[in-house]
Amino acid sequence: MFAETALNVRDKKVQGLFRLIFGLMTVLLIIPVLVIMGMLVYKGGSIITIDFLFTAPTDGMTAGGIFPALFGTVWLVAVALLISVPIGIAAAIYLSEYAADNWFTRIINLAIINLAGVPSIVHALFGVGAFVVFFKFGTSILAASLTLAIMTLPVVIVSTRESLQAVPRAFREACWAMGATRWQTIRRVVLPNSVSGILTGVILEVSRTTGETAPIMFTGAVFFTPLLPQSVFDQTMAMSLHLFVVATQVPGVPEELPFGVALVLIGMVLVMNSVSIALRMYLRGQKKW
Amino acid sequence: MVEEAPVAAAAPILSVKDLEISYGGQKALSGVNLEILENEIFGIIGPANAGKTSFLKAINRMDIFTPGMQVRGDITFAGHNVKHLKNVYALRSAIGVVFPLPVGLPMTIYDNVALAPRLRGVKSKVDLDIIVEHCLARAALWDEVKDRLNSLGSLLSGGQQQRLTIARALSQEPILLMLDEFSIAVDPVTTMRIEDVLKELKQEMTIILVTNLVQQANRLADRTAFFLEGSCVEINDTQSLFCGGATDQRTTDYIEGRFG
Ligand SMILES: Nc1ncnc2c1ncn2[C@@H]1O[C@H](COP(=O)(O)OP(=O)(O)O)[C@@H](O)[C@H]1O
Ligand SMILES: [Mg+2]
Repeated sequence: MFAETALNVRDKKVQGLFRLIFGLMTVLLIIPVLVIMGMLVYKGGSIITIDFLFTAPTDGMTAGGIFPALFGTVWLVAVALLISVPIGIAAAIYLSEYAADNWFTRIINLAIINLAGVPSIVHALFGVGAFVVFFKFGTSILAASLTLAIMTLPVVIVSTRESLQAVPRAFREACWAMGATRWQTIRRVVLPNSVSGILTGVILEVSRTTGETAPIMFTGAVFFTPLLPQSVFDQTMAMSLHLFVVATQVPGVPEELPFGVALVLIGMVLVMNSVSIALRMYLRGQKKW
Repeated sequence: MVEEAPVAAAAPILSVKDLEISYGGQKALSGVNLEILENEIFGIIGPANAGKTSFLKAINRMDIFTPGMQVRGDITFAGHNVKHLKNVYALRSAIGVVFPLPVGLPMTIYDNVALAPRLRGVKSKVDLDIIVEHCLARAALWDEVKDRLNSLGSLLSGGQQQRLTIARALSQEPILLMLDEFSIAVDPVTTMRIEDVLKELKQEMTIILVTNLVQQANRLADRTAFFLEGSCVEINDTQSLFCGGATDQRTTDYIEGRFG
């Protein structure tokens, strides 16, 4: 009764074949990652020392460290987040918890999707026009961070809104039915159960911002300055631009230098991604309903 | 001595006139006229989509949260027309609601029951402790959870969660308790325990009991309304309704299980 028919045999073979194909594709996926990381460590690993991280470049950027760039990137990302996170979260809360589904919110959603699709070089030009020139911030951390903030805003909004929407509507209705206002419901039920998801999204966002080059190139990041920025109105060096510069713009750079810079940059991104992934895994383990 | 008039249980706490509910122009319930008296259990029976849940939503103004839901007619609760109430929050907090599927909020058992008191400004831990114990005890849940008040309310079993919801509703100190098919996801033993709780609660509040179990209405309700396809077919004494005194043939058919 349970004997295998020819059809069963064929089905099993086909199933095995597809399994193999899908598996191969997955393996294929990790090859570039491994090659890139391997090459960076192999070629640039030797140059990374405490001194490299904490001194300024010397000899026309062919020697020395990367501290001004490292410091500048931290500044740029921090200021960008300070701007985009509060605005993004507020907008997401409005869209998810308050706004009715009408033509107005549909236009806003469309705008968000389109904003997310704008190439970063276009953001850069907008940043120059708006912040550097029109608002007269000059090329400065403020102008660059504002540009980065606008660029990251749609992603912050979308990921925050998803975290909020993951809280079942039944919880909200139960809370409303008790006489809670929308805000009380958000504060006591929705946010406590989505704040971790929101955080995960934000961290992921930070890591993306770290590597951006175009939006800061014309708005606040400079080729070389030995001075650390004193305020948001100063210019600064940045890791991504520094990598571009030492890799292509300066003659006589030792081969391991650009690889070392790239390794540090990727290291920063990976650390932040890992935090985000760890957080997400921790939260998955904590089922609340 | 002058004979006391028979205890005036006859004060209507809720009266409904020409109620009509529609969703995006589609009528869901119409022509409902009824009065619900203080301290009675008012049963509502009827098949799915009869408009029972919509009726409850109109009473505590949850129509605001339902896109497309439109309510016409007058609902007067405790002397106020709910349509014209500015403070709908006070209205809702005076009405406890128990939903068909138990909704334990994703916070501790303690916080579930302390939520409504906190919303109305109770801060003292001592006061909250008293309220939480009192409400859980009245919902017949205290003994089962007193040792783990800090575990998640949303992870209790269905029957426990439904009693938690009742405790939470009681923590609102409601004058009206509305239960919407509370036994749908609850085991028979818990159902019986909750029914006993309701009989007790009746001393202090008015209860609207929408139920999918015809016999539950028979066991608990003083009067019962039969809703069918968007209208209220009949309102009658539960006793006479179940002793063949229904005035409408459809009610009899439904009660005797011939359709629905
Ligand atoms: N949110 C809604 N949007 C549109 N139609 C609805 C909505 N809720 C209920 N209805 C409709 O209203 C009618 C009555 O539903 P409901 O009040 O839930 O009935 P019951 O609780 O008796 O099953 C049904 O036909 C249902 O499809
Ligand atoms: Mg219903």
